[in-house]
Amino acid sequence: MSEQAANVNDLLARASALREQIGDYHDKYVESIYAEAARVADKVVTSEGNNRAFDFDRTLDRILTSRVWGFPIMVLMLGVVLWLTIAGANIPSQMLGTLLLDWVYGGLHAVFEAIGAPWWLTGFLVDGVYLGLAWVVSVMLPPMAIFFPLFTLLEDFGYLPRVAFNLDRIFAKAGAHGKQALSMAMGFGCNAAGVIATRIIDSPRERLIAIITNNFSLCNGRWPTQILIATIFIGALVPAAWSATASMLAVLGVAMLGVFMTFAVSWALSKTLLRGEASTFSLELPPYRPPRLLQTLYTSVIDRTLIVLWRAVVMAAPAGAVIWLLGNINVAGASLAEWAVSGLDPIGWFIGLNGVILLAYIVAIPANEIIIPTILMLTAIAGGGVAGVQPGVMTEFDTASQTAQVLVGVGGWTLLTGINLMLFSLMHNPCSTTILTIYRETNSLKWTAVATVLPIILGVATTTTIAWIARALGLA
Amino acid sequence: MSELTVQTPPHAGCATCPHAQLVQLGIKDGNWDYLVALAGNPNTGKSTVFNSLTGLRQHTGNWPGKTVTRMEGMTQFGDKVYKLVDLPGTYSLLATSEDEEVARDFILFGQPDVTIVVLDATRLERNLNLAFQVLEITDRVVIALNLMDEARRHGLDINARRLARELGVPVVPMVARRGEGMNDLMQMVAEVASGERVNKPRRARITDETFERAVSDLVRHLEALYPGLPNARWVAIRLLDGDERITQAVRTGELADLVARQRTGSVPAMEAAHA
Repeated sequence: MSEQAANVNDLLARASALREQIGDYHDKYVESIYAEAARVADKVVTSEGNNRAFDFDRTLDRILTSRVWGFPIMVLMLGVVLWLTIAGANIPSQMLGTLLLDWVYGGLHAVFEAIGAPWWLTGFLVDGVYLGLAWVVSVMLPPMAIFFPLFTLLEDFGYLPRVAFNLDRIFAKAGAHGKQALSMAMGFGCNAAGVIATRIIDSPRERLIAIITNNFSLCNGRWPTQILIATIFIGALVPAAWSATASMLAVLGVAMLGVFMTFAVSWALSKTLLRGEASTFSLELPPYRPPRLLQTLYTSVIDRTLIVLWRAVVMAAPAGAVIWLLGNINVAGASLAEWAVSGLDPIGWFIGLNGVILLAYIVAIPANEIIIPTILMLTAIAGGGVAGVQPGVMTEFDTASQTAQVLVGVGGWTLLTGINLMLFSLMHNPCSTTILTIYRETNSLKWTAVATVLPIILGVATTTTIAWIARALGLA
Repeated sequence: MSELTVQTPPHAGCATCPHAQLVQLGIKDGNWDYLVALAGNPNTGKSTVFNSLTGLRQHTGNWPGKTVTRMEGMTQFGDKVYKLVDLPGTYSLLATSEDEEVARDFILFGQPDVTIVVLDATRLERNLNLAFQVLEITDRVVIALNLMDEARRHGLDINARRLARELGVPVVPMVARRGEGMNDLMQMVAEVASGERVNKPRRARITDETFERAVSDLVRHLEALYPGLPNARWVAIRLLDGDERITQAVRTGELADLVARQRTGSVPAMEAAHA
């Protein structure tokens, strides 16, 4: 042992001897800092007594975090945001669809034909890669461009900590950390971001619970799926004037079910795999700040929307190519896609979905965003020979009603399929980015596997139960 | 830029263009002259200050705990280039959670030339707790007294000069959301970084005699073992508290490296803090 090492050990031994000698001074040390801070603050701060702004904050807090009004206001806020998103996204979605799926798509085809490109090249690039991209952009961009700024405005205003305050009691009862409300809220934007946000939770046990349950927050990749399917299957049940409201209520219901699942699974985990008591913490309620409208618009559109959209686009291009290949490589008289879909159909039927949905979820593991385009393309392949549909190619489905024609007319979807898809979209494995993030944050294959498989088990159990009850009652 | 030296008083340049000396460099890679850390309680506007100085648009939000990782960016002031590191907001540096550890390790092992502590003027007393803990680690501190507009809205009058006197470090009142005070802040940072201004910070003292004796005893041994250790008192207190991370740093020689690097004046490895 070198002299330096001996000295170091000597020093550490001395430190622990002294520690025992002086006892627990930790509190004293902290107290001395607090006392000094109080003394200095007292000297430099003078209050003019005129405190209308503070009174305003306090009054608002009393309402937003009240036992009676706290929850209804939270649900109402989410409802308003969803309604604005659904009602507002419709028209720009149609316009983008017409532009990208009719005009540009047709134009590209014309160009490829004019230069005499072989059919497989046109198919692969235009019908595969380009259509995958165009679909993601027209389905996702409008709802995201509305949802993100609205969410950011609430965040800027200071509403999120109040949500955490309201939900704290429930999280405590579930044996989880109250700050999980914040990571849950971030999950509504992106689950990978939500998983990273769990770093604010000190206790490893509670942090794991927050990571595993984050997937029950509907992320931006899944909002458009929920909205589109709700519009087609739920919105269509009521007169057109009420369609947006009915769709909004359906999506809100699924989102609330997600929050309920977060509590239920947190509770179950803290009673079994991750046993323990909820720890206490303090969370400050920051002052309300008037949101800066323009800056919020700018950052949420440029930074969040475009970054997320870019990710979706990067994932969609290869997925579009894969789908085109599945639809055009023939084995024993049928395309790979047809083989896979017919093979998966019995399982799909048993759990209240169908083969197309299952195959779509396998193809779309990299990003939830591309589920709907994938389902539409696969339905068209499996159904074959529909007007405007070539194998593996999607055209002219730029509105919800046209999407409905494909799903109901070609795919044979029912209300049950629609509802179950919404539920399965809420409860299935996280996207590959989130899975990777979970692994990086937990550094454990075991917990990554739990976080991946648990939602699938719950989702399959739910859709199967609903399917068999509906069939027993003769509803489907 | 080069004609503007650090001797320029805070309000030189033209009053109507507050960013005259400030050049936002984003995440441009390259050489930098000084390393600056941004610390503060959660939700005090650290990220807003960071964005305003670097021109980056790191997402900001009105809730505590938004920044959980370290963000880095560059800015130029006068003829010097500064590398800024935005640390997670923490209430203390006692390292009970991962974000506190990130912040503390960086201030201690990352050896920033200046640490800007962003304080929320409306919650000064609680914010000062962190400021005192940072001052235990380093003298090279500039206080950014942020959210002065909200303090006024809340009917609070804060005597920034008095605060500077009490703490023994420069205090710059500011409204980061509107970019007010940025130039003054960088002026102070420049002076502290260049060594032109030497702080004599006041420190919270425990009046308990046994404790003080134990601390001075350890400080003596630490200084014998590591001559030139810049924050022996703080290390001693952490050792007395049985802090795992610091004990480990002493055992593995990380602390010794730190002192050695400081003596040769070489640039500290940025990633040492989390290696």
